[in-house]
Amino acid sequence: MVIICALSVVTSQNKARKLFAELQKERDRAQQMEVEWGQLQLEQSTWAMSARVEKIAVDRLQMQLPKSQQIQFIRAEELNKPSAQP
Amino acid sequence: MNYPSNIQAAKLATLPLWRSRLLFVLLLLGMGALIVRTVYLQSINNSFLQQKGNARSSRVIDISAHRGMITDRNGEPLAISTPVESIWVSPQDVEATPQQVNQLARIMGMNITEVKNRLFDTTRDFVYLQRQLPPEQAEKIVKLGMPGVSLRREYRRYYPSGDITAHLLGFTDVDDNGQEGLELALQNQLGGKAGSQRVIKDRKGHIVEDVASIRAPKPGSNLALSIDSKIQYLAYREIKLAVEQHHAKTGSIVVLDAKSGEVLALANWPSYNPNNRAKSNLQVLRNHAVTDLFEPGSTLKPFTVAAALETGNVTPQTIINTENGTMLVGKHKIHDTHPEETLTVAQVIQKSSNVGAAKIALSLPPEKIWQSLNESGFGIQAGSGFPGEAAGKLHDYKKWRPIEQATLSYGHGISVSLLQLARAYTIFANRGELRPVSWLKLDAPVTGKKVFSDATAREILNMLEMAVLPGGTAPLAQINGYRVAGKTGTAHKLEGGHYINRYISSFVGLAPASGPRLIVAVMINEPNNGQYYGGLVAAPVFSNVMGATLRLLNVPNDTQLGNILMPPADIVKEEV
Repeated sequence: MVIICALSVVTSQNKARKLFAELQKERDRAQQMEVEWGQLQLEQSTWAMSARVEKIAVDRLQMQLPKSQQIQFIRAEELNKPSAQP
Repeated sequence: MNYPSNIQAAKLATLPLWRSRLLFVLLLLGMGALIVRTVYLQSINNSFLQQKGNARSSRVIDISAHRGMITDRNGEPLAISTPVESIWVSPQDVEATPQQVNQLARIMGMNITEVKNRLFDTTRDFVYLQRQLPPEQAEKIVKLGMPGVSLRREYRRYYPSGDITAHLLGFTDVDDNGQEGLELALQNQLGGKAGSQRVIKDRKGHIVEDVASIRAPKPGSNLALSIDSKIQYLAYREIKLAVEQHHAKTGSIVVLDAKSGEVLALANWPSYNPNNRAKSNLQVLRNHAVTDLFEPGSTLKPFTVAAALETGNVTPQTIINTENGTMLVGKHKIHDTHPEETLTVAQVIQKSSNVGAAKIALSLPPEKIWQSLNESGFGIQAGSGFPGEAAGKLHDYKKWRPIEQATLSYGHGISVSLLQLARAYTIFANRGELRPVSWLKLDAPVTGKKVFSDATAREILNMLEMAVLPGGTAPLAQINGYRVAGKTGTAHKLEGGHYINRYISSFVGLAPASGPRLIVAVMINEPNNGQYYGGLVAAPVFSNVMGATLRLLNVPNDTQLGNILMPPADIVKEEV
């Protein structure tokens, strides 16, 4: 009886150690991912910075802000009305 | 075969009996001693010994918790904490070859002698070698496998939008606690609580077993601000351009949601890079829009006139004798740039007449003016909770002399912050209700405090609209497709108790005037390029930011396009 108990203590201890090692590994992985997530988020927001987007739009894509005279507003309710001309 | 043993037995038998007895007693005593010792160790002295044992292998380690993320109202990250590693050593445990020390110094980019000094300073138990290294560098150090050198996870704050939101967000210290701005104001919600854990470590400091978690780490919560990063960028860009164009000292801009009091953007120029503050001095760190006071000048006139309308003594059409543009109060002269014999109350606002405003103010009891200004939030903190928020100065009406009452009516002898001024204009957007300001995104509508009646607020809004149309002081504030209401301000600066020939130009406006959604307040400090009138310096900034913001938020037009009318250039000048 004693021997059986002793052996099972040893086995469960061993199991616990192994599981703990696994847990530690998963935790490390989670942390690694957290680090990466943070870095990716930073990277994304750096690329998407308004100043950079504006610069590329103006310099590389030759875009420009429309003058207010060039802007036409379309109201949703007018769109839904049947148009007067065929 | 039995023979020899028989002989031995015979010999033994002949040994005296006392020797065996003695041996037995000795063994018994020995055993007794062992039992006593066992009892002593196992039960009497147990706790002490266990404590000592644990002290040699079991350690409590801190688990750092990361600080919450700050995002704008649409979820764009504005401040993120990412993990970094700090390298610390326990000099008594250090075993290092000279080669390893060299490598260590190279990875960290530190001087070799400096590294050696820290590594082998055996008088101390704990030395930081280098704080806040990027994870890749830290990994290389771990690979060196030096005993006694350990990592400690810390968090560093990064601000993707850099100088654009610098004043608003502030920054954190090396321990990731808020030091300035909203980082400090919201420290309680943002800050994480580090947890701790009991572990068993071997001689070289590796964790062998996780015994128990004493306290789970509690990361800080993520907060969504009321800021819209697109509007913020726009406001920042425009204020920067304006300050540079007018060679001004500083410039500030505040964009408020007129209904909810949420701050949509707040920017100052000059700004700094919060990710690398090495070069910033204290002056640059100041958030002028919230912590600095200035004399508002004419932007205060609507409140004087509103107080007068409330009493019922005057209506917008009441005619005021403006004395051809000069008036004496005691020994002091009050001037108008566009002298008129008479103006209606509405025209006093439209043309920004000082004489008119002073006359209206002098016809009121001082207490009434004081009460109106006080209820509009002047002289008290806006209650935004921003660190260092200025309350401004509104002197007690019991001590006013007539000249003080007269100059107060056009914004002299009172000091306000730009945020306070912008907030006060929520009164005219909400039928006389003053709304509280908020840095955080709000989901439920807020209720404010009634300061003026519906009718007064509407009448003032109409006058403010006239000020922007041709014939007013701020035609440059007009926006294509939207009706605008606003007021210019140009004030001499006070230095050592005297007004000097340097100016603060300001403009506060609301749009669309048919149902104000936004308030933009602009302040340019010491424009130095020839122009200094609020209508020339600050109003165009307003127009650009407000126009772009209205379009960005898809606010429907409330007038036909091409509504901008330009009067002769001279009109924008106002007396200061």
